[in-house]
Amino acid sequence: MNLKYFTNGLWKENPTFVLVLGTCPTLATTTSGFNAMGMGLATTFVLLFSNIFVSLLKGFIPDKVRIGAFVVIIATFVTVVDLLMKAYTPGLYGKLGIYIPLIVANCILLGRAESFAQKFSVFPSALDGLGVGLGFTMALTSIGCVREILGSGSLFDIKFVAQDARTILLFIMPPGAFFTFGYLFAMVNRYKKGQ
Amino acid sequence: MEYIQILILALFVNNVILSQFLGICPFLGITNKITTCIGMGAAMMFVMALCNLITYFIQIYVLNPLHIEFLQTISFILVIAALVQMVEIILKKVSPPLYQALGIYLPLITTNCAVLGIAILALQKNYNVIMSVYYAAAIAAGFTVALILMAGIREQLELVDTPEGMKGFPQTLIIGGMISLAFMGFAGLV
Amino acid sequence: MAKLESSLTNMVISLSLISAIMAAALGVTYLLTKDTIANVERKNINTAIQQVVPAFDNDPFADQFKVNNGTDTFVCYPAKKASQVVGYAVKTFTNKGFGGHISIMVGFLPDGTIYNTSVLEHKETPGLGTKMTDPKFKNQFKGKNPNSYNLSVKKDGGDVDAITAATISSRAFCDALGNAFKAVHKKVLSSNNAAVTDSSAIQKGGLK
Repeated sequence: MNLKYFTNGLWKENPTFVLVLGTCPTLATTTSGFNAMGMGLATTFVLLFSNIFVSLLKGFIPDKVRIGAFVVIIATFVTVVDLLMKAYTPGLYGKLGIYIPLIVANCILLGRAESFAQKFSVFPSALDGLGVGLGFTMALTSIGCVREILGSGSLFDIKFVAQDARTILLFIMPPGAFFTFGYLFAMVNRYKKGQ
Repeated sequence: MEYIQILILALFVNNVILSQFLGICPFLGITNKITTCIGMGAAMMFVMALCNLITYFIQIYVLNPLHIEFLQTISFILVIAALVQMVEIILKKVSPPLYQALGIYLPLITTNCAVLGIAILALQKNYNVIMSVYYAAAIAAGFTVALILMAGIREQLELVDTPEGMKGFPQTLIIGGMISLAFMGFAGLV
Repeated sequence: MAKLESSLTNMVISLSLISAIMAAALGVTYLLTKDTIANVERKNINTAIQQVVPAFDNDPFADQFKVNNGTDTFVCYPAKKASQVVGYAVKTFTNKGFGGHISIMVGFLPDGTIYNTSVLEHKETPGLGTKMTDPKFKNQFKGKNPNSYNLSVKKDGGDVDAITAATISSRAFCDALGNAFKAVHKKVLSSNNAAVTDSSAIQKGGLK
């Protein structure tokens, strides 16, 4: 049992804090813990299935057209997620909006297909997809929670300040995304140096 | 009048990078030199305008009449990927100097979410074909402005001693935050 | 497994096959979710209609028609009770919000008075622009007739109290309402009003 395929993406090759891929959704969808988690899980779903299918089909894909084939596979699962979320989580879908179809342009997906799934068999590929996806979800959720606590005075939509209390609104506005991501990134760097 | 409004919105108020968070990767990745940013911006403007033109026709004449709007994502991303490749090949043949200037940025654009994002947004806004292409060009201009501002600051910052953990991406992000904060001042402009 | 050689036939076969498999997967998902998505959208619209017009007994969704204000087209849902029109719900929008697009359902009484509003979609700043869904802001529009009520914020010389620190969102809200009013006024209300004036004139004439 090779659990390292799974844990690799969680921390050592974390897509957000180490590889710095998929920064657009990281900044755009982390206005609250729930939004960030939803975005992370949607990406995880696509990553899991695109990794599985790339790995299954890798023998049938000639080298020269591999990128095109990967894009077709990824775009298919993005559309599947898009339709499923529209049907079953319309509230979250409305909030994430255009960033759901844009998962297709997230470099994490093509990156994992190219560097992992086309070289390994199905099971490790699935574990890798799940690990990287959850690593991404974790990073997004942590940024989302920090922004929500400071900006809205709530955590996962549970408010812990008075209804009309003044919060640091800046943190749920665009600059807050840059600041939160930047400082968390610096903290992760510092921690890694300390080890 | 509407054209001026779109331009001001795209350049300052709803800047594609600083407030819509599309196309962040080049903003963080290649903003070391101002000249690089101008090249990237020009390539981006060319590709985005072309993509908006083509995706407009796909949506209006293929997806809408056949009622397969749900294939928007998959068809657009394939068109963009193919288009960028084609532009690269044609530029190489037709205009080598232009290829020299823009060519190296073209592969970077394929997986840039701003291209797909703006194509979808233009359709959501119900723009006609001319407006849609103009909108793409305006957005790309805003993209270039943000890139150049960032590069200008980073060129200076190389001489400054910053804390170890802040070097690289963290400091770029925090400067991005400050620029974004400054741009919020444009909010009441339109 | 050995990789397929990159010959033209192989490339074409492989890409077509993958596209076919993926298209099948997509088609199935689309068919499975189509009804649910349509239901969700219809339910949202219906809830919004119920909020913005007086009680009705028809199906406004089925009776919908398009109205136009010269630049944009909106969907209008007529609410009827005992075949008598009691209000028009208009799904209006503006692109002038702080976060761009805002979609609002607004209900007009047959004489053009605003009955109520309900925000369907927006991307405004949480904590600021989002206050346009608060009763404090949206209740000020209730019972106002845009014919006599200036639908713009006080800063611009209008009658609307803007949300503190969110003038842009407030302006956008007014813009969306104004667009809807213009469209409805052009198509329905003006003919109604004309009818009303005509009948009152006749009555007056009769009294003489």
